[in-house]
Amino acid sequence: MDKQTILLDKLAYNETVNCVQCGYCLPSCPTYATFGKETHSPRGRINLVKMAAEGRISLDDLAGPMDVCLGCRACEPACPTNVQYGKILESAIDVLTEQRRRKQSLKEKAMKKLIFDYMIPNKNVLHFIGSGLQLYQTLKIDDFSRKIGFTNILPEPMRQFEKITPKVNVKKRKHSAIQPDTSPRFRIGFFVGCIMDTFFKRINDLSMKLLAAAGCEVVLIAEQTCCGALHHHSGEKEKAISLAKHNIEAFEKYQFDYVVNSIGGCGAAMVEYHLLFDEADRWYPRAELFSDKCKDISFILDQLELPFKMEIQKTVTYQPSCHLKNVQKVEKEPVRLIEKIPGISYIPHKNMNMCCGSAGIYNIVHFEESMEILNLKMENISKIKPEIIITTNPGCHLQMLLGVEREGLRDEIRAVHLVELLAEACDIS
Amino acid sequence: MATITEECLRNIEAIIVNKKRILQRREDLFSYSFDASFGTHLPELVLQPISTDEVVGVVKLANLYKIPLYPRGRGTSLSGGPLPVNGGIVLDFSLWKDKLIIDPDDSIAVVSPGVLTADINAKANEFGFMYPPDPSSAHVSTIGGNLAENSGGPRGLKYGVTKDYVIGLEVVTPEGEIIRTGGRTIKNVTGYDLTKLIVGSEGTLGIITEAILKLIPKPIATKTALVLFDDLVDSGHAISRILSSGILPSKMEIMDQACIIAVEEYKPLGLPTDVEAILLIELDGHPYSIEEEMKKVKSTCLAVGAREVIVAENDEEANELWKARKLVSPAIVKIKPTKISEDATVPRSKIPDMFKKLKEIKETHDINLVVFGHAGDGNLHPNIIADQRDTEEMKRVELAVEEIFKAAIELGGTLSGEHGIGIMKSPFMEMELGTKGLEMMKRIKMAWDPNNILNPGKVFPEPGQRLVLHNG
Ligand SMILES: Cc1cc2nc3c(=O)[nH]c(=O)nc-3n(C[C@H](O)[C@H](O)[C@H](O)COP(=O)(O)OP(=O)(O)OC[C@H]3O[C@@H](n4cnc5c(N)ncnc54)[C@H](O)[C@@H]3O)c2cc1C
Ligand code: SF4
Ligand code: SF4
Repeated sequence: MDKQTILLDKLAYNETVNCVQCGYCLPSCPTYATFGKETHSPRGRINLVKMAAEGRISLDDLAGPMDVCLGCRACEPACPTNVQYGKILESAIDVLTEQRRRKQSLKEKAMKKLIFDYMIPNKNVLHFIGSGLQLYQTLKIDDFSRKIGFTNILPEPMRQFEKITPKVNVKKRKHSAIQPDTSPRFRIGFFVGCIMDTFFKRINDLSMKLLAAAGCEVVLIAEQTCCGALHHHSGEKEKAISLAKHNIEAFEKYQFDYVVNSIGGCGAAMVEYHLLFDEADRWYPRAELFSDKCKDISFILDQLELPFKMEIQKTVTYQPSCHLKNVQKVEKEPVRLIEKIPGISYIPHKNMNMCCGSAGIYNIVHFEESMEILNLKMENISKIKPEIIITTNPGCHLQMLLGVEREGLRDEIRAVHLVELLAEACDIS
Repeated sequence: MATITEECLRNIEAIIVNKKRILQRREDLFSYSFDASFGTHLPELVLQPISTDEVVGVVKLANLYKIPLYPRGRGTSLSGGPLPVNGGIVLDFSLWKDKLIIDPDDSIAVVSPGVLTADINAKANEFGFMYPPDPSSAHVSTIGGNLAENSGGPRGLKYGVTKDYVIGLEVVTPEGEIIRTGGRTIKNVTGYDLTKLIVGSEGTLGIITEAILKLIPKPIATKTALVLFDDLVDSGHAISRILSSGILPSKMEIMDQACIIAVEEYKPLGLPTDVEAILLIELDGHPYSIEEEMKKVKSTCLAVGAREVIVAENDEEANELWKARKLVSPAIVKIKPTKISEDATVPRSKIPDMFKKLKEIKETHDINLVVFGHAGDGNLHPNIIADQRDTEEMKRVELAVEEIFKAAIELGGTLSGEHGIGIMKSPFMEMELGTKGLEMMKRIKMAWDPNNILNPGKVFPEPGQRLVLHNG
């Protein structure tokens, strides 16, 4: 096969042909809203992938617009003809990563390997970095980034992130199970996630307690690992597959009704595990079974009674996690839960469904673009003057903290995970 | 093809100072090479003006250097309107949306060209008014595009189309002069009606830089019914009977059997697949009067042989009924990915004849053809579902489309009810207008645009031009 035929094969060309270029997805796309160019719209990107597959533009022409895509997939539910943008994006990232890999220097390769193969899936390392981060808050951050060779991407973002990075709890948890008082409604395997469990360990703990308070048996198994989402979105598909297999195997051994998590992004990766495999692959049905069981905590709590004890007299708004809404299709459940909290006054903000610009590690790699998107979001949020912004994903959570900090609203607005607020109202700590 | 010289570019940079609004990268040019119809045509440059001064400057330069200019809203045209078929510069107006003023005392809206049509209606609603033209693309298309295409929608039956709501325009002429047409009054007979000439001129006679739109009071309530017909011809009779009984519904939409089957296969709603047509009827007005009118609609439909009339009791039920219509688009592209959406329109009384013709065309050319659309005003949407990668099939489709146009004209109708001519339908203009009719239009174009700068290659056919339905 010549080079072009290979490209035609590797890029999701057939999916691009399904796009009728109606433009119905334009209003849903945060990068289109922010940059105002068709080049940064879903329709534009799909066309560019098509053009690359047909050999009319080069991969270098394609790279910029695809890199700036948040992968939030808000364009999918907006599409009247069901174009599978996720697949198109993924195929483009795979092809681009492969091309870059060929061009990468040895040092860059080593760095990437270090991050994706070793650091992210490894909790101990993350713990180390986590506790380190606290330290670096007092040190000169430039110094740190120069040392680890990140100077090209990190300084400015790090300086800003440093302000909002939550206190890291490095204490290890005993892996165990929590039993409810009555006979359990569901038997739940809890998924902690690696970044979440480093930066927001408390939220995981509260999640498990809430589930138990709502009548579930909650089991924490030690065999679980990273969901692989960041790898997948960065074109490290092989690694993503191996992590997926690991998790599928780990949870299969137990008879859980559901595998529950409180992380919009990880949950989205897991409900799509089967898509990592060919339909003929023997892993496909196993992955599908696992994916069916993976649920966001709001999906479960929405079906159960929560023992509310306190009133929370606050005005709140909700920033939906894109991956929770667009991929896991969990949209109404978090809002219903918020509205159930005694005393709460919930106000949706304009364009609430639009991504906050966090998107995995987007806000680090594309700092400037991400901040432009965040500004748009904060403008809409500030208008309704909430006291609390509720999120459902650690990435969004950090981004909201950053937004509040940048607007100088630190004393007026709090950013919390939905689970934290529910726990507060149930007097769980 | 004209080329944009370094000198010319420097002049442009003096007019559009913010370089972010001057796009010349390859990926940008490719991103403005298409619309919702067919074909890829690369511009040499894309500019995103946001003021009349910038437009004037660019148009004057274009005349100096003889560079074609292609105005573009959001590129949702179904006829190739904004495609830069001769290269040159695409003027993207989507960023120009700073003005959206509702003046309740004069019941008008004053808007910039890039404002989304749905936003105008939403803002008018806040003041108890409505902006009636409702193309289904209203939430993604610009008012500039709507004005240039004279777009319409389901509400056209009762309320008319875009041209019925424009009372004044600010226009930059093809030679770069600013003119104002009409004004803020509903009545205005001073001189030729240039407002109406510009509306529907598809960006060939002037660039619309501001529009004054008429608003009307928003009806208090709506009521919807879904009617099932065993026989398509009966549905045609039902339409005529209702309209001659003193009732003017706000919407009357029809779906044929092929659509119903496609919807049921895509997302089962429980619609019977053995009926030949479904009619969706919406009434609007005072709750009491539409209650009474709905009774009459129901008895009229049953009298001409409808199988069943389902009336929605509340808005929620109404939304359920409309779901069937909304699912048509996603459902039919499941059959095959390429959708050729036509909008040939016939006099209302000829709807059953047109349906018969379409059935014949479908069979002779062995194509997938479904029909839905605005039955009340004869604006049917025959949609052909094909696969553009199948060149043999696309040839059959091209022949079928030609026959659809012929059929519509023979029945006393028109090539296009709302999507415009662009490049898609220009080869058929003479068939409808006659040689002289077309020539008078050309003379207008030549008088307004002596250098043929604005949207060249559109509306008027090039010698020997034929219908082409593939990307290339
Ligand atoms: C799914 C779908 C559904 C649709 N439904 C309908 C419908 O129900 N009814 C209907 O009528 N149409 C419909 N359309 C067609 C299309 O949306 C309309 O023609 C719309 O008006 C185009 O607006 P736009 O902003 O996308 O303009 P574009 O497509 O970008 O341009 C359209 C034309 O306007 C010109 N133009 C744009 N801005 C200006 C300006 N400021 N000054 C001068 N000329 C200008 C362009 O040169 C071009 O000729 C539909 C399209 C799609 C894809
Ligand atoms: S994934 Fe998000 S950012 Fe990317 S094209 Fe879709 S809507 Fe836009
Ligand atoms: S909405 Fe779907 S079909 Fe329309 S342009 Fe976007 S991706 Fe393409």
